Amino acid sequence: MSLWLWNLVEALLMVGLAPLATALVKRFKARLQNRRGPPLLQAYRDLAKLFGKQPVLAEQASWLFRTAPYVIFAATALAAAIVPVILVATPLTAAADVIALVALLALARFFTALAAMDVGTAFGGMGASREMTFAALTEPAMLMSIFVLSIAAHSTNMTAMIDTVLSTGLGLRPSLAFALAALVLVAIAETGRIPVDNPATHLELTMVHEAMILEYSGRYLALIEWANQIKLLLFATLLLNLFFPWGMAVDADPASMLIAAGVWLCKLLVLFSLLALFETWMAKMRIFRVPEYLGLAFLLAILGMLTHYILEVGV
Amino acid sequence: MRPELLQQWVTVAAAAMLLIMFALLAQRHMRALLRWFALQGVVLALTSALVAFVAEVPELYISALLALLLKGLLLPWLLWRMVVRLGVHREVEPLVNVSVTLLIGAALVLFAFYVSLPIEKLSQLVTRNTIAIALACVLLSMLMMITRRKAITQVVGFLALENALFFTATAATYGMPLVVEIGVAFDVLIAALIFGLFFFQIRKTFDSLDLKHLEEKQ
Repeated sequence: MSLWLWNLVEALLMVGLAPLATALVKRFKARLQNRRGPPLLQAYRDLAKLFGKQPVLAEQASWLFRTAPYVIFAATALAAAIVPVILVATPLTAAADVIALVALLALARFFTALAAMDVGTAFGGMGASREMTFAALTEPAMLMSIFVLSIAAHSTNMTAMIDTVLSTGLGLRPSLAFALAALVLVAIAETGRIPVDNPATHLELTMVHEAMILEYSGRYLALIEWANQIKLLLFATLLLNLFFPWGMAVDADPASMLIAAGVWLCKLLVLFSLLALFETWMAKMRIFRVPEYLGLAFLLAILGMLTHYILEVGV
Repeated sequence: MRPELLQQWVTVAAAAMLLIMFALLAQRHMRALLRWFALQGVVLALTSALVAFVAEVPELYISALLALLLKGLLLPWLLWRMVVRLGVHREVEPLVNVSVTLLIGAALVLFAFYVSLPIEKLSQLVTRNTIAIALACVLLSMLMMITRRKAITQVVGFLALENALFFTATAATYGMPLVVEIGVAFDVLIAALIFGLFFFQIRKTFDSLDLKHLEEKQ
């Protein structure tokens, strides 16, 4: 029973801290570019403002357009609840494995694309077509990279994978390095960060995600933005907890949970400052290069699997 | 150091070799290609030195040193000078597009793994796991030679093939006899110099290093 409670707390933490996480990355980036940047609470104020505004709908908008934001938010929040954040063995993680996680994210993406095409603007259709093209390449790469861990753990359950990484300890394992590199590339593409998509601008002909949600306003826009922020935190947590699970709580007592939460926050800070550094240093790539970039992620994931079989199974 | 940790270092070195081979396949720019090629030579030397240390085969240190000087420094420098003098620093032109080449490469790694499974069962060496990777590197460098259009990239592919064979010898039998290795090293050096002459001849005759002109003249 208390495990479910902890799981709920974790999910609420993920959903609640997501705007702060995005604001933090923005802040780090601003500092690196010699700007002051918006205050950290600005993300929450923006969301509150959007929730308070009356949404404006296109005349042709159907029920799909109005329901999609709720589906997107619910699917993303549920995906966030599946990922083990502080505790290794949460009940929802046992109920849904990695494939379910990828499927939930795919569901959210599917509805974003449908809603984008619903009102029939040129931008929406273009964004949707680009997003689905990239999705066809990111999803296999993401699954393959996580499967490298699954093969080692003999399970697609995230708790089992984390346990395996924890029990084998620090070792030099090239397959994990390949999988990590692949998942980092996928995470950057999935969360629409800089080499693939630019999260800061609204009007660029190369935009992908922003083009799809251009028609949204008011509370609908707030839900979608929030879901996006959750996605960033989700991918960061997934990366950290699958590949660097040291410090996570194994038992569910308050003291170790508190320490694990602190460790999680510290790891997030490090990861986000790296992300900000990377985004300041990189330029956005041409959109036609993105499939190649995702192909690289897929290749790295496959190499991870192969090196696991070749180099590590026989040892 | 613990033996399993050393073993892990050997696997890391093998993975690095494989990764560099793929980087060579994916490169678009001539100079970046040469940089990766030089890195391959250095990693090859490090791998040999590592195997020499793990397996306690002192003569491998000499071939490691040879690899470092010849494959890490001298050959890349020679090629670099040729590239600068010929003025080919523009993009590499592959026959098949890069993503497809990389996927074919992944399939080749799988094939190499399948083929080398029985060999690994026979071997008792520390490096037996890396035989498959070494074989994959050989196949990948052959792929690189096939899919490139210009003479100079094909030569880089050829030299990468030599590196991969050296690596295979290290992985399968702790290296060839030193006499053979020194002989091969000088052969490769002379080959690189002769290739240089060929480049200038090809360019003088056809005004380009593209080998399709050679095929037309048949």
